[in-house]
Amino acid sequence: MCARIFSRGFHGRRQEPEDASRLPPGQYLVRDFPVLSAGPTPRTPLERWDFSLSGEVGQPRRWTWDEFRALPSEFVTRDIHCVTRWSKLDTLWEGVSVDTLLDGVEYDAEYVVAFCDGGYTTNLPLEDVTGGKAWVAFSYNGEPLEAAHGGPARLLVPHLYFWKSAKWVRGLTLSGHDEPGFWESAGYHNRGDPWQEQRYWGD
Amino acid sequence: MAGTAVLGRLTWQVGRVVNSMVETPRVKSLTLELPAWGGHRAGQHVDLRLTAEDGYQAVRSYSIASPPEVGSVVVTVERLDDGEVSPYLVDELRVDDQIEVRGPIGGYFVWEISQGGPLFLVSGGSGIVPLMAMIRHRLAGGSEVPIMLLYSSRSHDDVIYGTELEALAAMEGIRVVQTYTRVQPPGWEGYSRRIDESLLGDVAPPPGERPLIYICGPTALVEGVASSMVALGHEPTRIKTERFGPTGR
Repeated sequence: MCARIFSRGFHGRRQEPEDASRLPPGQYLVRDFPVLSAGPTPRTPLERWDFSLSGEVGQPRRWTWDEFRALPSEFVTRDIHCVTRWSKLDTLWEGVSVDTLLDGVEYDAEYVVAFCDGGYTTNLPLEDVTGGKAWVAFSYNGEPLEAAHGGPARLLVPHLYFWKSAKWVRGLTLSGHDEPGFWESAGYHNRGDPWQEQRYWGD
Repeated sequence: MAGTAVLGRLTWQVGRVVNSMVETPRVKSLTLELPAWGGHRAGQHVDLRLTAEDGYQAVRSYSIASPPEVGSVVVTVERLDDGEVSPYLVDELRVDDQIEVRGPIGGYFVWEISQGGPLFLVSGGSGIVPLMAMIRHRLAGGSEVPIMLLYSSRSHDDVIYGTELEALAAMEGIRVVQTYTRVQPPGWEGYSRRIDESLLGDVAPPPGERPLIYICGPTALVEGVASSMVALGHEPTRIKTERFGPTGR
């Protein structure tokens, strides 16, 4: 540990108190919606899109786009927090709850890996995506979700850093063991709770 | 998938600024001497932390410009006028000042000589910083991997590492192509538009050479170039992107 040092002449920019209480440690507010991804934006036509549940499930499930869109959906307004330190308040999404997708599915698993077009993966404990905490979102701010922001559909797990809200998601693999995903294998925290500032390995 | 970049816990250490170099009117390179630097890979970044007298802290990430072969860490910082940290780093921080540092961070947008090539590097503005670390790594490590750098700047005055780029362009196995999107120097006969698919078609190594492609810059540039490279027939899995959005870095 190092002794506290001060940055001569640095004053910083404090947040408004009403915003500050909603900002996890080390985050700052943005009004725009930054785009971050590790490779080219995949563009899968809706007629070839599907969403599947596989792994340690009694019976794998698969929905075409039309079947997926026929499922009951919800509007949710949530604050989102990116590990690169920006946070955005009151973002409005529409999506299908992961609880709805798992409804009637028998499984013996404690973890999921979300898999995506483009090869991206992210791992989560099942309890972080159930109980009204996660959605497969297809709309942002009342409009179809843009490809650059993960459309046609992305995972939305707003209580964790936003890399867990995998863009271009195509399904969940349920498993009895935890398997680190893309960023989780590349130095980023396995769980990513912004309120505990779990950014990197060892945080 | 990428290897492991960060082993164990990243801890803060107090670095000292040992050199400060003006790159452009908006950009400075700061050389930091660190007591316990475990090394890094070209393309990784560090977190820098500022602390006000009342204890308020602000942290931002900056790409490392220096290659792994040198012991100190150089970051190149562009002043964003509405930023909280970058104006301080560019305008206030001086040689011998202390600053807290942790890293290296990021295990994906990296290149090591052992990964081979050829490399096709595309950058806009300060997006050149992690790519310059890769070029410097190739030189310092004695590699002969062919490199093509395509670099978009608003004007000649906005070019970062301009002198070094001129020297690089004269080296065997390295090509540098620049485009000036707003203001061109007198007599300029090169590209004078934003990077588009036809420009990439002219400049990029053909898909048959299977280049490793690294793209870094503002979102619009990165989105456009990555999509164009896929359209030109390059494998998406060989394209790595990193973005510098206007998000107060």
